[in-house]
Amino acid sequence: MSALASKHLIKIMENNTCGLYTKKVINTFKNPHNYGKIKNADGIGKVGNIICGDVMWLYIKVGKNKKREEIIKDIKFETFGCVAAISTSSVITDLAKGKTLKKAMNIEKDEIVKKLGGLPKIKYHCSVLAVDALVEAIYDYFYKAKKQIPDSLRKKHEAIQKSKEIIDKKYEKWSK
Amino acid sequence: MKKIYLDYASTTPMDKRALKAMAPYFSEKFGNTMSLHLFGQEAKIALEESREKVADLIGAKLDEIIFTSSASESNNLALKGVAFANKNKGKHIIISSIEHPCIMESAKWLEKQGFEITKIPVDKYGVVSPKDIEKEIKPETILVSVIHASNEIGTIQPIEEIGKICRQKGVYFHTDASQSLGKIPINVESMSIDLLTASSHKMYGPKGVALLYVKNGVKIEPILHGGGQENGLRSSTSNLPAIVGFAKAVEICKKEMKTESARLIKLRDYLIKNILKIEGVFLNGHLKKRLPNNANFSFSFIEGESLVIQLDLEGIAVSTGSACSSAKLEPSYILLAIGLRHEQAHGSLRISLGRQTSKKDIDYLLKVLPKIIKQLRAISPFRN
Repeated sequence: MSALASKHLIKIMENNTCGLYTKKVINTFKNPHNYGKIKNADGIGKVGNIICGDVMWLYIKVGKNKKREEIIKDIKFETFGCVAAISTSSVITDLAKGKTLKKAMNIEKDEIVKKLGGLPKIKYHCSVLAVDALVEAIYDYFYKAKKQIPDSLRKKHEAIQKSKEIIDKKYEKWSK
Repeated sequence: MKKIYLDYASTTPMDKRALKAMAPYFSEKFGNTMSLHLFGQEAKIALEESREKVADLIGAKLDEIIFTSSASESNNLALKGVAFANKNKGKHIIISSIEHPCIMESAKWLEKQGFEITKIPVDKYGVVSPKDIEKEIKPETILVSVIHASNEIGTIQPIEEIGKICRQKGVYFHTDASQSLGKIPINVESMSIDLLTASSHKMYGPKGVALLYVKNGVKIEPILHGGGQENGLRSSTSNLPAIVGFAKAVEICKKEMKTESARLIKLRDYLIKNILKIEGVFLNGHLKKRLPNNANFSFSFIEGESLVIQLDLEGIAVSTGSACSSAKLEPSYILLAIGLRHEQAHGSLRISLGRQTSKKDIDYLLKVLPKIIKQLRAISPFRN
């Protein structure tokens, strides 16, 4: 069966190439949080490549907390992808909701993996995809609002774009 | 929870009769087929009786059946064995573009050893054109290998015509019948087959045993050298329990093939008709020229692994050609070969039926699947 919980099995799973997931992953996949669109979103992050089989879109609505800091007031995702991609999408929305933009853009993939009780190695890229989608959504918000883009955010955005170009080029012949 | 197995193309449960037949050969009749004493003789007799049963199913002679450990081994032996034994005649081999990975990878390896490989494309149903093969045959061609029925999309190839062409041109013809033997009739004589692979665990026999039919007179080199078992083509102590179980499974398949295949075709067509009622789905492979137990679909806006796991959580076991189900990033090359776009290949689902499948099982799948499709599409960014 798909949902495996014991430590021994998690060890097998981490070394396994595919197919085995923790109970947490399966439960998240079965009942994902915050999926769907946000109409009039303040920022949208679109990452992934249909040819590889994973596409993730994150929508954010930005608001302010009591200290007048900008926070992620609402967040939703739409994902075409495997069990891991859908689970990491759900987890990133949970992690980001209510956080200041500054904190949200620094969420790391390991936090997602931890929340899921581990991921098969071959699926780590799904957690990267989730982190990237959030960075892109926040960047999109800054860009559209014509705000000054923090240096660290710009750098992250540029790195994501660069790897996207490499992947797009690799699969150019397929995408027409 | 329900447990419905619809992945018979992957492997089958052992037939209890076959299990019973092989049981004495573990510790009671344990002899080595090469020994001269009574223990050995008993084993030898069981081995040759098994060979007879298997030969009988495909219309082969007794000494034309080689037992191996797997279909992968048989296919490796067919390609590499023929290649090395006939390289003085030529170094050109023709295969189809929808072969099993063990043929694909063997061919790739042979390419590195200086052989030339031509891959024949297929049409949108996955059918190889015999004319395309005829065009590619040249004086240096030594072997044509075309899978009898696709493990993924179930398409049955016109191997009789291909065999005839190869016979006329004096080129060996090999077919991988792992998915088809025991489900549709095969006769190596009337189909002009020189080499044929089949696997025990796909036909309700034990794992770890398979066969390679090698027509008398075919020049072939062994891969495994040693004690000279299996006509010198496959040295290794005979895995007698498995061989006996395989032979029994073959015998049962032969007896029940006609009624069982007719039953499965009815179930398959019922399944296909009803799944095609779901929006945004199409059938992969040919509507008629397909294995009695195979159905393969692509669902738009959905990724296959998610679909398989959702079904698994509902107690239904199926498979997919999506990349996420493999260690590679690319989806199934077979689905790409029939012209599917990547996203369509990622959204594929293979449902394969078998002896334990009932109409009730199919109805349960038909009840559960539309809900899952709807759920996954609600998450997908491409639904609109």
